[in-house]
Amino acid sequence: MFGYILRRLVSTIPVMFIVALIVFLMLRLTPSDPAAIIAGDNADAQQVEMIRQQLGLDKPIFVQLFVWLKSILSGDLGESFFFKKTVTSLIADRIEPTLALAAFTLVIAVSVAVPLGVFAAMRRGSLLDRLVMGFSVMGFSVPAFVIGYALIYIFAIKLQWLPVQGYSRIANGIEPWVRSLVLPSLTLAVIYIALIARMTRTSLLEVLGEDYIRTAYSRGLTPLQVLTRHALPNAAVPIVTVIGLGVALLIGGVVVTESVFAIPGIGRLTVDAVLARDYPTIQAIILLFSFVYVMINLIIDVSYTLLDPRIRY
Amino acid sequence: MSDRAQTQTFGALAKLRLPPAAREPAIVIPAIILGILALIAILAPWLGTIDPALLDPTQRNKLPGFVGQITLPDGAKAPYTFHMGTDNLGRDIYSRVVYGARVSLIIGALVAIVATAFGLAIGMVAGYVRWSDGLIMRIMDGLMAIPPILLAIALVSLSRAGLVAVIVAIAIPEIPRVVRLVRSIVLSIREEPYVEAAVTAGTPTPILLFRHVLPNCIAPLIVQATFVAASAILVESILSFLGVGIPPEVPSWGNIMSAGRQYFRIFPHNMLYPGICIAVTVLCVNILGDALRDRLDPKLRKRV
Repeated sequence: MFGYILRRLVSTIPVMFIVALIVFLMLRLTPSDPAAIIAGDNADAQQVEMIRQQLGLDKPIFVQLFVWLKSILSGDLGESFFFKKTVTSLIADRIEPTLALAAFTLVIAVSVAVPLGVFAAMRRGSLLDRLVMGFSVMGFSVPAFVIGYALIYIFAIKLQWLPVQGYSRIANGIEPWVRSLVLPSLTLAVIYIALIARMTRTSLLEVLGEDYIRTAYSRGLTPLQVLTRHALPNAAVPIVTVIGLGVALLIGGVVVTESVFAIPGIGRLTVDAVLARDYPTIQAIILLFSFVYVMINLIIDVSYTLLDPRIRY
Repeated sequence: MSDRAQTQTFGALAKLRLPPAAREPAIVIPAIILGILALIAILAPWLGTIDPALLDPTQRNKLPGFVGQITLPDGAKAPYTFHMGTDNLGRDIYSRVVYGARVSLIIGALVAIVATAFGLAIGMVAGYVRWSDGLIMRIMDGLMAIPPILLAIALVSLSRAGLVAVIVAIAIPEIPRVVRLVRSIVLSIREEPYVEAAVTAGTPTPILLFRHVLPNCIAPLIVQATFVAASAILVESILSFLGVGIPPEVPSWGNIMSAGRQYFRIFPHNMLYPGICIAVTVLCVNILGDALRDRLDPKLRKRV
């Protein structure tokens, strides 16, 4: 088991290296010159050249790559062109809202989607099943910002139950914090619910056709007992897998949702950095999010052994 | 809809002896709606629209149904009903929404073509040229580890925003999924007896790929291309909405919504119409994709 975790950890190194390489090359192959951007519009050629030397941009590309990788591994993500701060401190300032939003969304999505998928599978072909499947296709088709503005219009402007936009830090009290996160996390949860409910239904339908389910029923177990003891545990692996893969959707959604709700998190930072062509920050955010995504899926891979005793490594 | 009702409703269609796919409501209905949208996009100048980029400061933020005046090209004034109101710069939202169909459909179609073409080529090489497989697939793994929207946003930031840049930026994150699909098909087909027979008969590799491998990829690729198109339309609207997509004066549904954000509290209609358009279009493409998958390739779901 420990050996397996170690092997999986090692196997993420080439993936992360490729990600770093893609990010590095992407920004080096651009037509725009980072030194000219930092120097500003009024700088003369000499000043630009000086900044180029300071940043090491005059060195061969392999040397630059090596220097860059070395500094990332030591935790130094560089300095933001635009915000004039280290990228690390920039991200640290912005991480709380994003983490809170992601956590709320995850909780809402899983606690809504799994029961929906279960009901749909148990009553296959029923009206509820059709509604759940219909909702699922809708969830994939309506962009998060459309859902976000619809929710703002109904719950914040018309009914005035919740704040329209903005984020209240957890340090300013729990209640405003929760209230500021309800609409954003609902918005973000829609596509995630669609994904998880669909997979729960598919996976459970497959399991419900197995012989041991019929056996369980014939032993006189109630549908609830069959579900919780026999069906769900066997259907769990694909469901958990799709929760992990859905994190990619979640990350994309964070960028959109934080913009809609004016939440000062990493998603909003991404858009600001792109608009300002702040390449060190863009690089760092892509690396960070990809790392989180890869690590979450690593943890989920490892969790299979807990969910399914048949899987051993 | 029950099966019987379906047969009744589409009994007339069934009598036309169309191919089986053309009798299925889940294929026919979205296809018809998308066809209408395509017609709207093509016929945009003749649908009672005015120049979608025309600014009129005197007619800013008007509600849907407002009857105002427009200046005709010959300088004469004419009354004009703003069916969907105007935005904060006085542009006609109806015209912008109608022209916006062009952007969305072009992006959906072109990204699907570009991503499938590159994915097909790379996937066939990875699946057939053994030594390249490891290298190509590691690069694809790396690309897939970057959340797609994030990658698209970052790619857009690299060059000046324009239609081509946006198409490339949306297509690149889609390519790895196509590559994986094609590679898995190629790997299973190369073991088939008829392929081995062709190899024994001395068929050159390019002809072998073209004649035996490619036809097997077409059905799953059509399905995959549909989903790519749906996702491309969504991502384009997101990029435009965030202000990093195609230039804001170009009427795209995402751009209209982006312009409407500021005055959303007072004038929600700016967001309503383009929002509905995006949702309906993507929904149709997704339903079409689901139905095509069930029809053309029931095993695809497991393979991807």
